[in-house]
Parts: sequence; structure tokens; C-alpha cells
Amino acid sequence: MSDVQTNLSGSEAPHSARPLGDVILETRDLTKHYGGVHALEGANFILRKGEHVAIMGDNGAGKSTFVRQITGVEQRTRGEIIFNGQPVQFAGPLDAREAGVETVFQTLALADHLDVADNLFLGREKIRFKLGPFSILDYKAMREATLAALQKTGVKIPNIHNTIERMSGGQRQCVAIARTATFHSKLTIMDEPTAALGVQETAQVENIVRTLKEQGEPLILISHNMRQVMDLCDRIVVFRRGRICANLKKEETDGQDVVAYITGAKTQPEFEQEFA
Amino acid sequence: MGDRFLFNTRDNVDAIFNWPRLNIIILQVSIIGIIAIGVTQVIILGGIDLSSGSIVGATAMIVMSFAQTAIVNGNPNPKAIFGDWAMDLPVLLPILVGLACGLIAGTINGLFVAYTRIPPFIATLGMMVSARGLAKWWSNGQPVSFPTESYAALGKGMMPVVYFIALAILFHLILRYTVYGKHTFAIGSNEDAARMSGINVDRHKVLVYAIAAMLASIAAVVLSSKNLTAQAGMGVMYELDAIAMSVIGGVSLAGGRGSILGTVLGALIFGVIISGFTFLKLDAYYQEMVKGAIIVGAVVLDQWRQRRNAAGM
Repeated sequence: MSDVQTNLSGSEAPHSARPLGDVILETRDLTKHYGGVHALEGANFILRKGEHVAIMGDNGAGKSTFVRQITGVEQRTRGEIIFNGQPVQFAGPLDAREAGVETVFQTLALADHLDVADNLFLGREKIRFKLGPFSILDYKAMREATLAALQKTGVKIPNIHNTIERMSGGQRQCVAIARTATFHSKLTIMDEPTAALGVQETAQVENIVRTLKEQGEPLILISHNMRQVMDLCDRIVVFRRGRICANLKKEETDGQDVVAYITGAKTQPEFEQEFA
Repeated sequence: MGDRFLFNTRDNVDAIFNWPRLNIIILQVSIIGIIAIGVTQVIILGGIDLSSGSIVGATAMIVMSFAQTAIVNGNPNPKAIFGDWAMDLPVLLPILVGLACGLIAGTINGLFVAYTRIPPFIATLGMMVSARGLAKWWSNGQPVSFPTESYAALGKGMMPVVYFIALAILFHLILRYTVYGKHTFAIGSNEDAARMSGINVDRHKVLVYAIAAMLASIAAVVLSSKNLTAQAGMGVMYELDAIAMSVIGGVSLAGGRGSILGTVLGALIFGVIISGFTFLKLDAYYQEMVKGAIIVGAVVLDQWRQRRNAAGM
């Protein structure tokens, strides 16, 4: 099964009836230069509460660079990021996380030797008795919150006492996503969450994304998988050579159209002057 | 009647289970076991501590200088390091001095490991050499002896065993039930993930190395009290015995896996092997050779176990 299925129609793909809310994230003229390389140039992007947006583009088109600026992994060259109504300048990924931007990275940030609850609460453990670094852990509360989080996201893990190293790739990905959902993040970003997964595991992850959609959690999804994007997202933003070249509502586009934008055969009129 | 038995069982048992000898081994295993409790934590963190044996030597010398008694057999203490002001001090003082020695040495270890990012092997190797140098310089290589009665009482009889068990229980609980323990395992398992999760990894490393060195300095207090003297050569190779106990007890040198309970079992196994050699009257040189083989064997076993886990079995 190829990732690029050009026969998919956006208007026939499933739609969520949930209305969108206020703007949660906006970037204005977001730009990143690495020396002479213009990896990202003047990206204007808007995401509303409850909206799932896919970012597509060829390798090196600027997708990951875009995400790295938002999550504070790198510092932008120019431009503004407005998150939840406030201009922000995240010093690092931790800073972004504290503000409510949760990222599921391609390389999963999980501790293999710990179990599901430990990983969910890593760095923000529930405490029964405060005593500095020797504070006593509240295992019971963390276990209950873990079960609730797994239920909320629809993640099925047979035994939450299993350590991560004993889990399949799909289960690990699910734990990573469940973690973002546990802490009421305001924005979830997923970078190729199913790239390394099998068919069944991919379906499991996609179900979680649908659950997030129903709960009105906004999401930015980077993916090469056209079927997945059509299934899960409301809108597709296409990057090409470091710039946004299309901003497509799902119902007004189809696979062939998106591929045309990705490859450069087409550019939306409002972005044309940037490529001139 | 007696000739119905091929040999006299009672006498043989006495010969094999020679109590004084066994006693020495139990005490030594307990003292090194105290060090192993700290080394276990460092290895779970994904590090290694080669300095603990030297820290025992240096701490023993310094502590004993503050634990001396003024009068020995009616004469002034012939081994006095300091003047009268340091004689017959309350026993709490040398203990605090010992803990401070461990705290300083361990903090230096931790700061180098955490903030210069040099491999822990190198950082603690440096401390191993320097602390041993300090131990020799302290009294120009002369032993420091004649402690006060109250200091000598600290390591009397089976007290080292009591300390070992108490500290093992304490740190078992700490590793199992506190944030400190959880973060130690998390950093050893996946340091990047721990950092991304907001754990102050560098500060935690300093804390773990400091605790490990403080446990080594407790061992120094117990050992010097038991022996009624401190010598610059005390604790040589203890670090390797402590690492061996941890590894035999199932602590993974790759980090993230292990337990104090395992290390206590490792210490027991280690003790049984050493006493077995001793009672078999095996040459001490053979003992060391076999000890080396046991360490390597335990690591090989750990590698094999990890591969099996990685394969999802």
C-alpha cells in the first residue's frame, strides 16, 4: 500500500460535526535560517481549538523545522508565535510543555525500564508526602489516573504494570500519546506517529487521534500518509521549499490535488508571489 | 560406638565452619556491602563509581584524626595527629566529619559527571587516584590509631552487619517509594526522556554521587572503628568488590535496572564464594582471578538478559 493514494476524495472522507473554537496557535512570518540555508520562510499559520491540521510536504520542505520552532527545540530567526492569545518565546521543549504544548516525537521519549504509570507521570509524579527529593510517591493515585487516561484515549494495554521494553511499537506510541492527553495539554503535535508501525498498530494510534478530536483537543499532525491525513484531519497545510504553498480544507480537495501542491505542479494563488 | 561413623562429623564441621574466620568474612562483606548500596544507585543511574575504595581510605584517615584519645596506657597518644583540641571529642563529631568527607568527594564526582559531561569512569577514576593520594599525604603514610572508647564501640562485634542491614532497608524503601528512586531509574533508563520530562537530570546526578560517596564514608567510619586504626591503604579494591556485588545482584551496567535487595543477595553470594575459597584453603591469588571471572560472567549474563528482553520475550 503506497502512502500516496491520489484517488482519495476529501469531501467523502469522514467529518467531525464538532464546531471549532477560538484560535489556539498562530504564527506570523515564522522564519528559520541555518546559516545560508532558508529552511523556513515567512510561515503564517492558524490553528483553532478542536481543529486537526495535517502538515504535508516532501522531505526537506520545512515541516519539521516549523514544528521545532513552535516547540522551542530551536530558536526562530524571525517572526511571531502567538499561543493561547499570548506571544510566546519558548526557551526549550520543557518550557513549551509547561505552557501546554505536548509533542509526540518520532523517537519516543519513554523510559524503557519503567511501567506505564511511571512514564505517564515522569517528572510530575503525584506525591503523598512532600520531602524534597525524597518525597513519597502516591502510587495508588497515579495508577488510578493512568487507568482513567487510558480509558479516555481508548488505549488498550493489557497490563499497566508491564515495563515499556515489553511492549510493541504500537503500544509504546499509545503510551506516549496517552501521556499528552493526561495533562490537559492545550495543543498536541505528532511527528510521523505511525511511520514505524504495522497496520494494526497504526489503526490503534489513529483511533486515539479520533478520540482526541471528539474531545475537542487541537492537533498538528505531520504525516506522509494520505489516507491517514484525509481520515483524521480537517485541513491540510502543504510545505514546499521552506514555504507554505497551500492551505486546503479537506472537503475542497482530494489526493491528486494535494500531491500536485507537494510536488510543485500547483501553488495556491495567495501564496504564488512568495514562490516568484 | 564412635567407630560406627567413618569420621567424626562434629570435628569436621568445626574445621570447615571455623567461626572466627567466617566472622571476619561476614564483617568484611557487610562493610563492602554498605559501599555497594551506594554503588548500586550510581549504576542504576547509568554511571559508575570507581572512587569508593579510595574514599574509604581518605575518610578513615581524616575521621580517625578526630576520634583519637589523649591518653594511651597513661602516656600521651603516640599517634596524635592534631593537638589537644582534637582529643577525646564527642563521638558525633568524627561521624559528622566523615559524612562531610563523603559529601565533598561525592559532590565533586557528581559535578564533574553532570556538568563537564566527561564519562563517569574517568571522573571517578580521577577521584580514586586523588583520594588515595590524600589518604597517604594526611599522615605521611603513617597509620592513625587509638580511638576513644565511644568511637571504638561503633564497629564492635556484629555492629557492621546491623548497619549494613539497616542501610539496605532504608535505601530499598527510598529507591522503591520516593521521587529520588523513580528519577534515578528514569535517568538510567533513558536520560533524554528524563530531561524532556522536566527532571533536573544534572542536579539529580550530583545527589546520587554524593549519597554513594557518603555511604562509602560510613563504611570508612565502621571499618576504622572495627580495626581501631586507620591506614592509607584501607579500602583498596573495595570499589571493584562493591561493583561485583551489585552486578551479581542483577544491577545492569547499562543503567535503569537493579535493586538494593538484589545487591544484598549479591553481597551474600559474594561472601559465600569468598568464604568457600578460604575454607577450601584456595590460594588468595586464585581468589582474585576467580573474582574477576565472576564479574565478567555476571556482566555477560546481564547483556544476554537485555537482548532477550529487547526481543520481547
